[in-house]
Amino acid sequence: MAKSEIRSPLPGVFYRRPSPEEKNYKEVGDDVKAGDVVGLVEVMKTYTEVKSDADGKLTAFLAEDEDAIMPGQVIAELES
Amino acid sequence: MGITKLLIANRGEIAVRIIRAAKEMGIRTVQVHSAADAGSLAVEMADEAIEIGPPPASKSYLNIAAVLDAARQSGADGIHPGYGFLAENADFADAVEAAGIAFVGPTGDMIRAMGDKASARRAAQKAGVPTVPGSNGVIGDLAEAARSADEIGYPVMIKATAGGGGRGIRVAENARDFANLAPQAAAEAKSAFGDGGLYLEKLIARARHIEVQILGDGTNFVHCFERECSLQRRRQKVWEEAPSMALSDSMRNDLCMSAVALAQAVGYRGAGTVEYLYDDETGAFYFIEMNTRIQVEHPVTECVTGLDLVAEMIAIAGGKPLSVRQEDIQLRGHAIEVRINAEDPANNFAPFPGIVDGFRTPGGPGVRFDHMLYDGYQIPPFYDSLLGKLIVTADDRPAAITRLKRAVGELRTGGLKTTAPLFLALAEDADVQAGNYHTKWLEPWLAEHAGTFSDEEGT
Repeated sequence: MAKSEIRSPLPGVFYRRPSPEEKNYKEVGDDVKAGDVVGLVEVMKTYTEVKSDADGKLTAFLAEDEDAIMPGQVIAELES
Repeated sequence: MGITKLLIANRGEIAVRIIRAAKEMGIRTVQVHSAADAGSLAVEMADEAIEIGPPPASKSYLNIAAVLDAARQSGADGIHPGYGFLAENADFADAVEAAGIAFVGPTGDMIRAMGDKASARRAAQKAGVPTVPGSNGVIGDLAEAARSADEIGYPVMIKATAGGGGRGIRVAENARDFANLAPQAAAEAKSAFGDGGLYLEKLIARARHIEVQILGDGTNFVHCFERECSLQRRRQKVWEEAPSMALSDSMRNDLCMSAVALAQAVGYRGAGTVEYLYDDETGAFYFIEMNTRIQVEHPVTECVTGLDLVAEMIAIAGGKPLSVRQEDIQLRGHAIEVRINAEDPANNFAPFPGIVDGFRTPGGPGVRFDHMLYDGYQIPPFYDSLLGKLIVTADDRPAAITRLKRAVGELRTGGLKTTAPLFLALAEDADVQAGNYHTKWLEPWLAEHAGTFSDEEGT
């Protein structure tokens, strides 16, 4: 079982869902494909999607909804 | 009598602006801030600073309980909300007043009345202020809707009551269009929003955005002339000026007095802005909304009237009457403000939360720079991109544009990309120089000029 990490390329505020009324993009235990969106980063009121580079099963979120994050910070972990 | 210790429930350039006004009034200042803003210029300048939460605004600047705790802890007897964040939150205004603290703004009820589009429109109509011709509420069956559209005059916009932000809008050019589009719009609104309710509004195709600054103390009401803010990108103003070059003196007087009539009708207290669409072709103006706070672009009004709007609103909140009568307020010269944002105009205005290095501020005659910057400052990524506003004043508009080019050219922020190059390009444009534009002018212009903004300073 190989582990991989999903990192945010940008600094800002991390969100797990597209808007407050909607469901989270992904939950722990979900299958993830390369290119799947796992969250959003808000940088100065501009939203950028955070995508997975790899296929696998999501094992943990290391950032919570609405956390302040730094560039390169690990958002989630995958096992493949 | 009067506020003696003012808490600033905001950040960035407007917090700096409020601290400056308070200091000149002999009022002590308390700056609340998020963990990300501990090193901000406002925190540095205020007499006291209190951290109220982590970086995301939802956990700090929008946390009403934390702001009120800070006010109690510091013994503040006034709170200035600035713009954005809690500035037009009626529950916040009520909570502040209930805590025995003066809210620098109108009452919660007035914020509610003006914040609701339908009730603001009714208030404007009652005060005799022209509103955009429309169906005055939800339209019934399609036959009634068609009659209403004929009365309003084409082109009309068909809008979903449950929509917003431009969603669910269709434009009918004539009655035949309308017969096709109205049923589609109703069906779409029903499936998208679960509510098929529609209303109609006349489409003003080439409108200018003109707004009137007003002040009121609940008893007396004055206007401080108008601002023209037609240069907008994604509905955000980027360049504002006073006065508007589109108005004759008599039109200016009609427009400004209509704003006073509205302020008077609602018994307004504080500084407010009445926003209008102005149709160049017909010379008609229409009320859009009233903002119950200080606006970003207030300095252009200060520059052409000599008033200190922020000081005035603090004094009013402290129970003092208006310091000026209408006849004391005179228009002098022309002022232009441009918004210096941390965005890269060469890269489709992408946010640029970088570091200021080799900072140099513009100066000299007729130049004012309201900002939050210092050398070495790391722009936090958590808030909006506005860094500051560069305002120039001169005897007339051509001289102001020349001065603007000179002042923008003096600004240095090093590796931090800003919108400054955009304004050098705009100042060279013939339509901008002629004042020949409307609210939909800038976006096509930007598409046409993309990639031409030099990001080299001093060129």
